[in-house]
Amino acid sequence: MTLLEASQTAIAIAMRKGATAAECTIAEGEEFSATVRLGEVETIKEAGSRGAGLRVLKGRKQGSSYTSDLSEDGLARMADAALAIAEITEEDPFAGLPEKEELGQIDGDLQLAADDVANVEAAARIDAAKRAEGAALKADERIANSEGAGCETYTGTRVFANSLGFSGAYTSTNASLSVTPVAKQGDAMERDYWHTTSRSWAGMESPEDVGRIAAERAVRRLGARKIETQKATIVFEPRVAKSILGHIFEAVSGDSIYRKSSFLLDKIDEQIAAPNVTVIDDATVPGWFGTSPFDDEGVPTRRTPVIEGGVLKNYLLNTYTARKLGLKTTGCAARGLTGAPGVGHGTLYLEAGSKTPEEIFAAVGTGLYVTELIGFGVNVVTGDYSRGAAGLWIEDGKLSYPVAEITIAGNLGEMLCDIVHIGSDLEFRGSTCAPTIAIANMTISGK
Amino acid sequence: MPLSSSLFGQKFALTERDLESYLAEALSKGGDYADLYFEYLATASISLDESIIKSATQGVTLGVGIRVLSGERTGYAYSDDLSPDKIRKAARTAACIANGPATQLTAGLTSVEKHDLYNVATLAGDTPLADRAQLVKRADAAARAHDPRVFQVQAVYADTVRHVLVASSDGKLSIDRQPMARMNVSVLAREVGGVPQRGYAGGGGRIGLDFFTGDHSPEKFATDAARQAIVQLHAIDAPTGEMTVVFGPGWPGILLHEAVGHGLEADFNRKGVSAFSGRVGQKVASELCTVVDDGTIASRRGSLNVDDEGEPTKQNVLIEKGVLRGYLTDKLSARLTNAKSTGSGRRESYQHYPMPRMTNTFMLAGESDPEEILKSVRNGLYCANFGGGQVDITSGNFVFSASESFLIEDGKLTTPVRGATLIGNGPEALKYVSMVGNDLKLDQGIGVCGKEGQSVPVGVGIPTIKVDKMTVGGTR
Repeated sequence: MTLLEASQTAIAIAMRKGATAAECTIAEGEEFSATVRLGEVETIKEAGSRGAGLRVLKGRKQGSSYTSDLSEDGLARMADAALAIAEITEEDPFAGLPEKEELGQIDGDLQLAADDVANVEAAARIDAAKRAEGAALKADERIANSEGAGCETYTGTRVFANSLGFSGAYTSTNASLSVTPVAKQGDAMERDYWHTTSRSWAGMESPEDVGRIAAERAVRRLGARKIETQKATIVFEPRVAKSILGHIFEAVSGDSIYRKSSFLLDKIDEQIAAPNVTVIDDATVPGWFGTSPFDDEGVPTRRTPVIEGGVLKNYLLNTYTARKLGLKTTGCAARGLTGAPGVGHGTLYLEAGSKTPEEIFAAVGTGLYVTELIGFGVNVVTGDYSRGAAGLWIEDGKLSYPVAEITIAGNLGEMLCDIVHIGSDLEFRGSTCAPTIAIANMTISGK
Repeated sequence: MPLSSSLFGQKFALTERDLESYLAEALSKGGDYADLYFEYLATASISLDESIIKSATQGVTLGVGIRVLSGERTGYAYSDDLSPDKIRKAARTAACIANGPATQLTAGLTSVEKHDLYNVATLAGDTPLADRAQLVKRADAAARAHDPRVFQVQAVYADTVRHVLVASSDGKLSIDRQPMARMNVSVLAREVGGVPQRGYAGGGGRIGLDFFTGDHSPEKFATDAARQAIVQLHAIDAPTGEMTVVFGPGWPGILLHEAVGHGLEADFNRKGVSAFSGRVGQKVASELCTVVDDGTIASRRGSLNVDDEGEPTKQNVLIEKGVLRGYLTDKLSARLTNAKSTGSGRRESYQHYPMPRMTNTFMLAGESDPEEILKSVRNGLYCANFGGGQVDITSGNFVFSASESFLIEDGKLTTPVRGATLIGNGPEALKYVSMVGNDLKLDQGIGVCGKEGQSVPVGVGIPTIKVDKMTVGGTR
């Protein structure tokens, strides 16, 4: 039985046993990884797994189950478990599959899988990790230690079918390499990391570049000072700026909107950000990390403007949240194997501006360049924002000394309006991407 | 429990001879040590939103993870198919980490002496689903009845039972059945036309359904979540800068988890990348502070009869009267540092290899009356509840977010404060502890700890303590 047949069999069994609608997701994956530390192999991991998840509806009640046993018996037990647990759920007038005419997938080669990933030998992963770590260790004499380097390749297939006749499958591949060197000066240690990821093995950046950049990042944190409490302009480097896009996503996701738990509730067509801010969700561009032919309910993916010129244009929705809000799905259903679909995104990005990071430092004059954020002090209900930060102080329009053990705080609603500069350095390194951004009027808490 | 009467003997006809032959396969290319981790995990969860039980899930995952250690190297492979040829294939894959003649198994398998910490007569998963569903319905009703300003309630109930079998080439066999149940309630409240505020509460442990009564009833969790949300309606923005901070008892013990716990995990210290590396015997806290990690407390969420390497858990003293005493080890780090395993080898599932992790981490009670502690503070911040935290173990800098806190003015709690983030440095922060209360409390049992992509359940605890200097990151 192929995976597609297994998904259709699970649905047929569920319908025969009394479901009024059903949908089945199957995921199969193979992961291979190697880590090295100080030039020696530390771990090698190789494994494959697969599993199926089933959601059934009985009228407007729903239940779900999952299994790794894809035999016909296993699928039948999964259907029984889902139908049994549907008995304790309650009528939800908005529960259900998408409309039949909403189903489908986008055409064309989306370049999600590369042939070279499956053929990578264990020795090549070890070699890439050793080269990256080796480059980091010799980049600077203050790189005294290492948490190691890791290289991973992954091939995954996702299958989805439902009782309205949709069925689809796609395979994607991924190769990634990262290294975490430790820099030392006296008793103080600092670490940082750098990584590269690509759909293909050949598409990764060179291990030597990854190692060198990681080392530079760790070394420049040495001798960090705690600074005075003050108001300042904060410049977020792309790696941390993308976290702000993550908060915007949470605030525009249908779940937060229908539960009235978002600071962007009821703000469609209002100016909610500075006029230079445009945020797009696009799951259709070949090769991007957020691309897929259909979402996790079998609805074709698309390009959705979220913020245009600072004006909030659209929420991101799956079928359920769209029905709750009297809107149409934006093809943003996302789920694991089990449970009802949640809301996800494709490649969510902030459009690039025109300034280089150096031009932004010069324009800011004095402020903080943040290169790391830690902690969870973000509340998208109120927009309250307070996170631990580390980075470099900007003085006379240039980067100067490192800063650590401080927090930066503000309110997301005000922060979006206070975005004063957007960099030209947008790179599509993941499914959430942002260039360098500068936000005025934030509070630094330190000494 | 003998293998033959365990789930793995009954359902998968696994015998000791099978286990020995799989271990031999794992060591067929040499290596110092191998182990097999069989896991069978049954889960159920029930979610309520807008007063409707909207979704519920139940299912089973199972598999085996096989590990081979050779010097500092780890080979790991897993299979979600327990047929003998698939297990052998995984064993051969893991074996490739070594490169030499086969290592011979010396002895047969002997059952490990383990604790008996889960006093569960009937597994939550064996009770009628409708009874479990009632818990979230009751929580919803209680939260809404608490105050008309409550307008959104989400409640989740979940239970798991994890059957594990660990067989290792050092001749140890352990079989454990690990129950767990918990419920969480999340509430939003608002004044007419005002900004909504959130409250959150919950609890659980290695317990059965009878746990959810009295102080652990759905009504208690629901009204506590509602109370927190209502308090926040009149909260002011958090203050900014260094100040005296008083931590309330219980869940604020997350301070210990972030500030010292992670930094004391032996993998980081073996590699010399933790801010605590090489500091055993040194003073890292005020002498009022004794911090332990204890996996042996009955029924607690972080407790285990045996860890995920088959070693019985222990009570481990991390800091004694301010002096660093030791690290948390798994078998690999213990072997490489000539230490004993502290029973701290844990993993998320059969798909992951074990690493040193915390269980229940808390500070022992001191002698101060909590009232006296408050009275001693002229101006400061009192933190009663926290959200999540995170630490950079290399620099030692940690941060965590207070979800319920109050200004202290002239020794009294006054105005509620929202959005306070605390930041500090691990080896320094606890040196400023100047008073420790006599009111040690463990948390309610909802903690999840993440490390290198693996999540495991943990507990924390602390008495009321006063920290003379800590940085508060607000906006005011």
